[in-house]
Amino acid sequence: MDINQIPIPNVSPNLVIVSLFSLIAVVTGIGVVAFNNPIRSMLSLVANFFTLAFIYFSMGAEMMGIQQIVVYTGAIMVLFLFVIMLLNLSTDSLTMTRKFDVKPFLAVPVGLGVFALIASQILLPFKDTRTPSAPDATAVSVGWGSPQALGRALFTGYVWPFEIISLLLMVGIVGAILLARRRVEA
Amino acid sequence: MPLLAYLGLGLFMFVTGSIGVVIRRNPVVVFMCIELMLNAVNLTFLAFARYAPSPLLLEKQPAWMAGQMAVIFVMAVAAAEVAVGLGIIMAIFRLKNKVDLDELSSMRG
Amino acid sequence: MKDLGQGIEWLSIHQPTTLAVIRVLLMIVPVLVIVPGLIWYERRLLSWMQDRIGPNRTGTITLKNGKKIRTFGLLQPIADGVKLFFKEDITPAAVDRFLYFLSPAIALFPAFAIGGTLPWGPGHGIYGLLTPVWGSEIGLLYLLAISSLGVYGVVLSGYASNNKYSLMGGLRGAAQLISYELAMAMSLASIILVSGSLKLTEVVSAQEGPLWGVVYGVQNWFIFTPFGFVSAVIFLICMVAETNRVPFDLPEAENELIAGYHTEYSSMKFAVYFMGEYAMMFIFGGVFGVVFLGGYNIVPIRWDALAGSMPGYGAMHFIRDANYWLAPLTFLAKCAAGITFYIWLRATLPRLRYDQLMALGWKFLLPAAVANFIVSAAWIMAQKLWGWQGALGASVAAIMITAGLYSAVKRAMNAGTTAMEKRTLALVEGTETVPSVRAVELV
Repeated sequence: MDINQIPIPNVSPNLVIVSLFSLIAVVTGIGVVAFNNPIRSMLSLVANFFTLAFIYFSMGAEMMGIQQIVVYTGAIMVLFLFVIMLLNLSTDSLTMTRKFDVKPFLAVPVGLGVFALIASQILLPFKDTRTPSAPDATAVSVGWGSPQALGRALFTGYVWPFEIISLLLMVGIVGAILLARRRVEA
Repeated sequence: MPLLAYLGLGLFMFVTGSIGVVIRRNPVVVFMCIELMLNAVNLTFLAFARYAPSPLLLEKQPAWMAGQMAVIFVMAVAAAEVAVGLGIIMAIFRLKNKVDLDELSSMRG
Repeated sequence: MKDLGQGIEWLSIHQPTTLAVIRVLLMIVPVLVIVPGLIWYERRLLSWMQDRIGPNRTGTITLKNGKKIRTFGLLQPIADGVKLFFKEDITPAAVDRFLYFLSPAIALFPAFAIGGTLPWGPGHGIYGLLTPVWGSEIGLLYLLAISSLGVYGVVLSGYASNNKYSLMGGLRGAAQLISYELAMAMSLASIILVSGSLKLTEVVSAQEGPLWGVVYGVQNWFIFTPFGFVSAVIFLICMVAETNRVPFDLPEAENELIAGYHTEYSSMKFAVYFMGEYAMMFIFGGVFGVVFLGGYNIVPIRWDALAGSMPGYGAMHFIRDANYWLAPLTFLAKCAAGITFYIWLRATLPRLRYDQLMALGWKFLLPAAVANFIVSAAWIMAQKLWGWQGALGASVAAIMITAGLYSAVKRAMNAGTTAMEKRTLALVEGTETVPSVRAVELV
C-alpha cells in the first residue's frame, strides 16, 4: 500500500489538546470520588480544575481560565489542603469503623442512568451546534473572553450584581473568622 | 469542536460530583464534590456563551457576556461558601473531635 | 522518506503550534542553563560579603610548566551536581510514596511555566517573532496564577514526608505564601491600572513614554513614579517571601525545623527543589525588571524619541540600535540585579519570627498596597479630568484620606487594649573600668 494514499487526518491541535484535557478531567473527576484518602481526592480535584482552565483557554475564554487557576487551584484548593492537614483527616479513622455500605455499589449504575437520561433528553438537541458564535480575538478587536470585554461588562451592565457579590464575600470573610476563632474563656 | 463535547464533559463532572456527595462520609470530600459540580456548571455556562448565546440579554451588552458573568458570580459564591463551610467543619471538629457525616446525628431528636 | 515528508507536511499545516513550542523552548532553556551559574554567583558573592573566599578553585588546571589555568571556581556547581546525582537516594519507609515523588516536580513547575512569558526583547524587528508568547493577553495575571501553584510543592512535600518537622514547614509555607500572594497581587494591580494592560509587552512599552508625561527625553520607568515606587517596594518584599528566601525562609528554617519541608529529600530530589528555588529567584528578578525597571532598556533614556528628532544616522541612532540588539543581555543584567538583591538580603537580615512575618504581610504590606491602588486610581482619573496639577492634588488628597482612615481604624482597634508601659533607661553612673552601672528610670 502506498503510504501517500493514507489521508492526513484532519486533526487540529485544538481538538487534540481539548480531547487530552477532557480525558484528564474525566479521570481526575472520578478520582475525586473514588480515592479513599482525602489528600488524593483533593489532588485529583486540583488537577481537574487546572485542566478545566486549559479547556477554557481553548474556548477563547482566557480571562475565565486564568480566574479558574487563581481562584480555584490557587486559593480554594489550598484552603482545602490546609484544613485537611490541620485536622489530620487523612489518617483514615473513617474507613476503620466502616460497616458494609451498599451505596457505592448502587452509585455507578444510578450515575450512568442519570447521565444517559440527561444526555438523551437535554444534550442531544445541541448535536448540530458546531461553530462558535462568539467572536474570537482578531488583530482589530478583542475576543469575547478578553479582560477588556469582561471588565467593561462587569462595570457597566452587571455593576449591581458585582457590588452585591462583593458584599457577599465580605460577609463570608466575617463569618469564616467568627467560626474559626477559638473561644476565649470569659 | 462540537458544543456537545463540552456539554458532555460538564454533565459527566456534575453526575460524578453528585454521586460523591451521596456516597462519601468525609465532609471535606463532600465539599470538594460540590465544588466539582459547580465547576461542571461553569463549564456548561461558558460553552453555551461561546456557541449559543442566550437571547435574553441586557441592553448594550453582547449576548456572550451573560455566561461569563454567571461564571464569575458562581466563583465568588463558591469562594465565600468554602470559607464559611470549612470554618463550620473546623468548629465541628473542635467540638466533637470527629467529622464523620453519618455520626453527626445529634439534631435528629 | 515519505513518512518524513508527511510529517513535515503535518508540521507545516500546524505551523503556529510548532512555532509556539519552539518559542517556549527558546525561553525555557536559558533558565535551565543559568541556574548552575546562579549558584556559583551566590556562593562567591555571599563569601565576598562575609569576608571569605568561597569556592574559587574547582576546575583550575596546573600545567607542566607550573602555570595555572584559572576558572574562578566556575565548575563548582557542576561538581555539586555530580555529587548530588551520585549520592544515595534514600526513600524513607513511612512516606506517602506517590506524593513524595510528585511534589519535587510540582515545585519545579511554576518557574518554567512563568519563564516562557517574560519579554526578553522589544516586540518589533527580529524579536517580534517571539512576541506571541510574551504578548499573551493575560500576562501579569498568568504570572500571579502560576506562581501561586508553588505552594503545592511545599505543602505536599511536607505532608508526604510523614515527618513532624516537614509538616510544620509545609504548613508554615502554605500560610506564608498565601499571605504574601495577596499583597503582591495588589501591588501589581496598581501597575496594571497605570499601564492599562495585562500584557507584559505593553507594560514595558508603557514605561517607554516620557517621564511623568512631561520630561521628554527620560523614560517613565514605574519605579520613578510615586505609586510605582511604593508598588516596587511591596513587590520586592513579597517576591522574597514567595521564593522562601532569607529573611522569609521560615518553611525551611534550619535551626528550628532541620530543613523544613525538604528534610526527607536526598540526592536528585533535593537538587530539584534547589533548582526550583533558584529558577524562581531568577524569574522573579526578571519580573521585577519587566514591571518596574523598564524591561529590556539599559538606561531610562528615550533613544527612540531622541533619534527621531535628529536627521541622518547619528550617535543617537547608533545607541538606539545598540539598545535594541543588546536587549536580551540587558534583561539578563536586570535578572542578575534582582538576584544580587536576594543575596544581599541573605547576607544582611536575620530571619523573621512567625508573628512578625504575619504582621508584616497582613497589617502592613496588604493595607499599603490597597492604599497605593486607591491613590493611583485617583491619580489616573484626576489626570484625565484636570491634567497633571489636578492629578497631584487628587493623589495628595487620596493619600491624606487613606492615612486618616488607617489611623482611625488603628485607633479603634487599639481602643480596648491597654497601652504597653513605656520606659526609657539612661546611664547615670559608672566609669569605663568600673562597670557598676546603675540604671535610673526616667519619667
